[in-house]
Amino acid sequence: MIAHLILRRLLGAIPSLVAVVVVTFMLTRALPGDPAAYFAGPAATPQAIEEIRHKLGLDKSLPLQFVDYLGDLARGEFGQSLTTGQPVAQDILARLPASVELTLAGLILALIVALPLGVAAATRPGSWIDHLARVVSTAGVSLPVFFTGLLLVYVFYYLLGWAPAPMGRLDLFTSAPRTITGFFLIDSLLTGEFATFRAAAAQLTLPALTLALFSVAPLARMTRASMLGVLSSDFVRTARANGLSRGTVLVTYALRNALLPVVTTLGMVFSFLLGANVLVEKVFSWPGIGSYAIEALVASDYAPVQGFILTMAVLYVTLNLLIDVLYGLIDPRVRIEA
Amino acid sequence: MNLLEIEHLSLEFRTRGGTVRALEDVSLAVGKGETLGVVGESGSGKSVLSFAVMGISDAAAKVTNGAVRFEGLDLLGDGRSALDELRGAEMSMIFQNPRVALNPIRMVGKQIADVLSRHAGVTRDQAKTRAVEMLAKVRIPDPERRARAYPFEMSGGMCQRVMIALALACSPKLLIADEPTTGLDVTTQAAIMDLIGDLARESRMSTILITHDLALAAERCDRIAVMHAGHVVEVATTAELFAHPRHPYTAKLIATTPRPGVGLAELEPVPGALPDLRGDLPDCRYSTRCERHRAECAAGPLARMIDLTNAHLVACRRPL
Repeated sequence: MIAHLILRRLLGAIPSLVAVVVVTFMLTRALPGDPAAYFAGPAATPQAIEEIRHKLGLDKSLPLQFVDYLGDLARGEFGQSLTTGQPVAQDILARLPASVELTLAGLILALIVALPLGVAAATRPGSWIDHLARVVSTAGVSLPVFFTGLLLVYVFYYLLGWAPAPMGRLDLFTSAPRTITGFFLIDSLLTGEFATFRAAAAQLTLPALTLALFSVAPLARMTRASMLGVLSSDFVRTARANGLSRGTVLVTYALRNALLPVVTTLGMVFSFLLGANVLVEKVFSWPGIGSYAIEALVASDYAPVQGFILTMAVLYVTLNLLIDVLYGLIDPRVRIEA
Repeated sequence: MNLLEIEHLSLEFRTRGGTVRALEDVSLAVGKGETLGVVGESGSGKSVLSFAVMGISDAAAKVTNGAVRFEGLDLLGDGRSALDELRGAEMSMIFQNPRVALNPIRMVGKQIADVLSRHAGVTRDQAKTRAVEMLAKVRIPDPERRARAYPFEMSGGMCQRVMIALALACSPKLLIADEPTTGLDVTTQAAIMDLIGDLARESRMSTILITHDLALAAERCDRIAVMHAGHVVEVATTAELFAHPRHPYTAKLIATTPRPGVGLAELEPVPGALPDLRGDLPDCRYSTRCERHRAECAAGPLARMIDLTNAHLVACRRPL
């Protein structure tokens, strides 16, 4: 049943991926700025610029450029980044785990806080904990991430000295663990390098906290709203009338039913954070793909931007697939519909 | 001794629009093995009463007076903490709309097993086996397979059988059935009522049947209590109540019930509507709708229950 659902969702994703390929191509060509001029430098002669333009294939017609682009994609080549001089695919592959690890850590932190907070607020609407949840969510979502990031660095690194310097995924004295998954926390555990694990965790804490502070709001609010609806439903009353313990009623009966909209929100927050945490990556010198794409965009470097958007699209499709599977695991009715 | 005694119970809802006095001075008793019917229009306080007995009232509900005693244990006072253990074990409840009254994403067998492992002191595996046995007991065909079904895969009648299995899993002494057959077709309705009746007789279980269907109550109950606007206005044995209704409201209710030989056009509705339960109300809440209402009705407080004969109680100054 689940396999059937996955297959159907995968087939359904093909048109959107095609659309993404076309749109990114058009978009990057429509952007202002001339990459040939940019790379020739300010002192270049018009002739030199033309030469570079020819070398980059930018003097061809748009349809021809598109065909070239499709051919590259089919071979798994995203092109060459002009700024880093590396193949884009390699750049993205190296930087994506950093972004994903950071986002996941932030989301898990956020979930740990948001779920209990939302449930507590829903069980006692109007109480102090409900108001606390509201204040925390409003504050978290209204403070811009670069501000919370800087604030955390100021307090925990500069004033208190508890956190390491915000200088990327590892401090200068630790070398990266052997790449297995690309996630430093997991790789260091797998290879048994516990000192590296501690260093990576220390580096990760503040940026993850920054993202968590931002994502607690939508998750806690959705949990609260969804729980309120479920708690007043007939089957929760039945569970109470049958004398089931408070914990069973709250978790097994109410929360599991309230999770569906929370999972949807989780997916949205995740995909938003993954691409949009450029500012956090900048503040913490995090070598993620958000900052990579921004740098490429500023330099009118087409290939990385296209590669970035395409990667995000694939990730987004995968994420939605995961969420659909999660839906099916939570709610048997979804499985039947598939 | 009576199994359940409700004495002078008053309950109000504090809402933004004012205080709703949903129950006032309600007294009822249910004997061992007895089936008591509670009838009245929607909004007369039947369900509020049963929720109060079970201790699952809405958070806005406040009991202002009275006592509920289960086997002598005061459920609103000293026995409050024991109520958690009693619910589902000694006293259970089944609801209307069985399809939404079951957890939609949990297999029905597991839901029954949840109740068993909470109250019956059995292991998870034993609970599973017992759950299948319960499904067989409520006459669900192929119980092994049905235990793994979800509520949405079953018909309304089947869901109500599961609800009954859920309620009776721990062999309670008291079952409150709140409109158990509303929304089911007539054949299923009869089957469900037969099932409840049989199981109740088997274990000498007391039943409170809450319904707006007088014909159903007449058929299934030993005694009937008539409720109107949060008051119990009349209590009598079923035969006595239908033969000699003393309260004008009861008489009107009986007149509205379809029966053979009476055309639909001849059935008379009860005039007026339930009074707004907020603000000041006369002692007799039926007085605004009552055709027999006279000035003397309002003179002095209404003695709640006047013992006419031994088993027939009525709250009226000018009974029929």
